[in-house]
Amino acid sequence: MELLLLLMLLPPLAGAALNGIFGRKFPQTVVSLVACGASGLAMVFALLAAWTFSHFSPEPAAFIHSYFTWIESGSFRADFALYYDRLTLVMTVTVTVVAFLIHLYSRGYMEHEGGYYRFFAYLNLFLFMMLLLVTASSYPLMFVGWEGVGLCSYLLIGFYFRKKSAADAGKKAFVVTRIGDVGFTLGVALLFWTFGTVDFDAVFKRVASLPFGEAQGILTAVGVLLFLGACGKSAQLPLYIWLPDAMEGPTPVSALIHAATMVTAGVYMVARSSILYAHAPQALEIVGTVGCLTAFYAATIALTQNDLKRMLAYSTISQLGYMFVGCGVGVFAAGIFHLMTHAYFKSLLFLGAGSVMHAMSGELDMRKMGGLRHKMKTTFWTFLIATLAISGVPMLSGFFSKDEILAGAYEGPLGKPWLYWLATVTAGLTAFYMFRAVFMTFCGSSRVDPETAHHVHESNTKMTRPLVVLAFFSVVIGYVSWPQALGGSEAFDRYLKPVFGQAQDALRVAALHHAESLSGLALMGLSLLAAGIGILVAAWFYLKSTEIPERLAVRLSGIYRVLVRKYYVDEFLDWLIVNPIRSGSEKVLWKGMDAGVIDSGLVEGAAEAASGIGGVLRRIQSGNIRSYAAWVVLGAVVWLIYALWQR
Amino acid sequence: MIPLSHYLALSAILFVLGVVGFVFRRNVITIFMCIELMLNAVNLAFIAFSRYLGNLEGQMFVFFVIVVAAAEAAVGLAIIIALYRTRETLSIDELDSMKM
Repeated sequence: MELLLLLMLLPPLAGAALNGIFGRKFPQTVVSLVACGASGLAMVFALLAAWTFSHFSPEPAAFIHSYFTWIESGSFRADFALYYDRLTLVMTVTVTVVAFLIHLYSRGYMEHEGGYYRFFAYLNLFLFMMLLLVTASSYPLMFVGWEGVGLCSYLLIGFYFRKKSAADAGKKAFVVTRIGDVGFTLGVALLFWTFGTVDFDAVFKRVASLPFGEAQGILTAVGVLLFLGACGKSAQLPLYIWLPDAMEGPTPVSALIHAATMVTAGVYMVARSSILYAHAPQALEIVGTVGCLTAFYAATIALTQNDLKRMLAYSTISQLGYMFVGCGVGVFAAGIFHLMTHAYFKSLLFLGAGSVMHAMSGELDMRKMGGLRHKMKTTFWTFLIATLAISGVPMLSGFFSKDEILAGAYEGPLGKPWLYWLATVTAGLTAFYMFRAVFMTFCGSSRVDPETAHHVHESNTKMTRPLVVLAFFSVVIGYVSWPQALGGSEAFDRYLKPVFGQAQDALRVAALHHAESLSGLALMGLSLLAAGIGILVAAWFYLKSTEIPERLAVRLSGIYRVLVRKYYVDEFLDWLIVNPIRSGSEKVLWKGMDAGVIDSGLVEGAAEAASGIGGVLRRIQSGNIRSYAAWVVLGAVVWLIYALWQR
Repeated sequence: MIPLSHYLALSAILFVLGVVGFVFRRNVITIFMCIELMLNAVNLAFIAFSRYLGNLEGQMFVFFVIVVAAAEAAVGLAIIIALYRTRETLSIDELDSMKM
């Protein structure tokens, strides 16, 4: 088993090295063979590991294996050790399957772009880092993966590095997530200070053995700090600002990193640390609250965005908020369930957007699209399926996972009614803006530029086949957990019970008591109603009476402008942080210190001083021998006087 | 016996004459003669001390000084001749090409 895990991790790393070092000389087919092969091998071994783990008898709570000692310093010890349990299984399978499909898609998408080998090298490296993140058995090792995916994100967002906006976006992503990482590091340090270890197994056992309420202060602090890291990585308020800009990267990057995998690392981390959070309910409440607010906030922005990818970015932020709501109310399994379903339909949405972008020669403004479904059937149908899934339409995966979260928000251990209502409204908004996108892009009459219209065509099979596979999963993957309200057994939830059971039991102690006035079926019905209203309004606005959006925009121009300009957050941060730093750097540090004090003052000053003193001393060397003789005599006289004086 | 101080006084006077001549004369050869004068003044002091302390080391040292003076005179005169051949002058003030 330990070998299988290594075999899962190594191919992507090797692929990255191979493509990175030699890729420039390889033809495109070799590069993609190496990369997709590595990704495929990772997937195969992930599945094998999953199978092997499930057939252990008796099945252990977790399979932990230490490969070698990584850091040993005083009493601090961190091994390179991997931790495999049911949660890891879910994560590795999801990550590798989606990553593999996206690798295949990229063969087609990146065909005519420069830097083909570089792209695949980074993509493979990312896969390795992500797998390391989810299989790590201690916080420091997870942090290695955490930073690694951040690095690959930077490299891939800024892939078109010659374009300033892309380079800036890469920097922004890295810097903002770094701010979150401060929280993460502090949290881990606090954990070490309290428990003397940062190994998952050791920490979780110690926390579980604590009676409830003890060490709550410390654990709350740890929980909040770790969540800060998660906010950065998973783009929650207030550290979400990098994700929309990250759309500068090639679309497969947006699909893999910013929809399915990297941004879910924060959710995974919170879920993995569930027992910690269970003993610190206040921290968990913060998680849930921030998640819910972010979900709503991002959905409101998505309503008015005209750039297809940017809208999907805000949608991702919103859906991540949902996952945090799931964790935040104590139904961790639901949060992970949504993570899984979201990985499929969101990456499908992004890949579909990439397909559209290809067809539209790079145009992403939905106002310039329309009627594309006639020329791009496969893209249209798969995109539609994903949209139905994300809107929570019954019988598709998104419905099951979203509903579990909403139910948890209402009646979970830390559920509160306002969370449920806000989340439901957000679901309605989600349905609305997603269908708005579908209608604007694929339906109705064509508003496409005649120039571009010539080139509109369905993408080649390298791109469409993965779309179809993802669509299949978007429908099917939800069936692993049929909700209780409909007579099901919520198998997924029970499957992850060994992982989250202790946490959930602990939370029941802190559970809030609220009147259960709505049954499960009623909750389900309400969310369906919200989704339905969203879809119908979108249809009305964008299919039937298409002048309404414009008229609304004029009438509510104040609100509209705030939403379109994304609440002016970027402008505010520019004013508050970016411009002061920039002008401070330029005027004070550069012109003042560097040029003034160091260059002029110290360096040139030293030269001037040396020159000046030299100029004075030079006069002794007159070339006149008699003056030399005079100096010698003078020196002798002085010395003589001195010697006689000493007597 | 002539007292030691007389010899030393003579030596000092000769030495100072040498120094003064060395500093104030312009002709290179005159300067060399003054150098010899200084050296000999020192020799005189050495011998006087040797006589009065009954120690032969002073006289031994005089031999060394004489040898050095001779060698120096030889080399120095050779240099002066070379200089004169190129510069056509024996005035020390005109030999200032080492000026900074």
